[in-house]
Amino acid sequence: MNERETQHPPPHTPPRTPPHRKRAFSREQRTTIMYGILCFVLILVVVQLWLLTATMHAYLGGDASLIIPAGLASVVCLALNLGLLRYLYAMERP
Amino acid sequence: MPRKPDDLSLTPDGKPMDQQPKWRQDFPIDVPQDNYVARRDFTKFMVLTSGAFVFGQAWIGFHNLMRRARGQPAEQAIMALDDIPVGGAMSFRYPSYEHCLLLRPDEDTLVAFNAKCTHLHCPVRPQLEDNTLQCPCHSGYFDLTGRPVAGPPRRPLHRITLDVRDGVIYATGVEVQPV
Repeated sequence: MNERETQHPPPHTPPRTPPHRKRAFSREQRTTIMYGILCFVLILVVVQLWLLTATMHAYLGGDASLIIPAGLASVVCLALNLGLLRYLYAMERP
Repeated sequence: MPRKPDDLSLTPDGKPMDQQPKWRQDFPIDVPQDNYVARRDFTKFMVLTSGAFVFGQAWIGFHNLMRRARGQPAEQAIMALDDIPVGGAMSFRYPSYEHCLLLRPDEDTLVAFNAKCTHLHCPVRPQLEDNTLQCPCHSGYFDLTGRPVAGPPRRPLHRITLDVRDGVIYATGVEVQPV
């Protein structure tokens, strides 16, 4: 048997940079991401404004059935907004 | 040499700093960074606004709970049935702080409403010859069931429920009519 064939493969070498290390964005990339986040946040805020006015209109008209579903939807919008803001902070962290 | 994206003191037109006006050379502003920070702060403010809207929803829910807990106001005698002529209208307060209108369009019919217009809370006035209630502020009109029929109001007037016993008219509650 050829000695060369019996050689074991070289052990796996870890990458030089750890895989969990975040990629740093340039400022231009961050600005583009910021515009995207801002667009999402603005859309969600407009949806919340619509929810609030619709709920207020229904409540003053004696219909209280909208309050809980509209409130939950508004909380979901806020959670999405907070998530986007958290991503923004994470993106700026060195 | 090409400028790096993160270089400071980038000018708005991209020309080198020595070709800029003297005021900009003296007080260089990093315009892209300034734009970035301005939009970031605006995003933060919008998230704060989003929280304010959630607070508004919670406020409506709280008021709804309070309205339920308060229940109906106590029964109150308004006036004697004979005091209001057929085709006439009288004002009264029920509960004690709310202006209301009692209408008697015919012999057997008595209706009462909270006098606040559901548009912007101006007091409505009866026009029984037309079987309507008119809000003079913005020309809103309601029929004698309290439903809006013309003008800016979209919600019906709050109806006061009535009971007549021994020739006396009693207000027994407030009914918020659905839209």
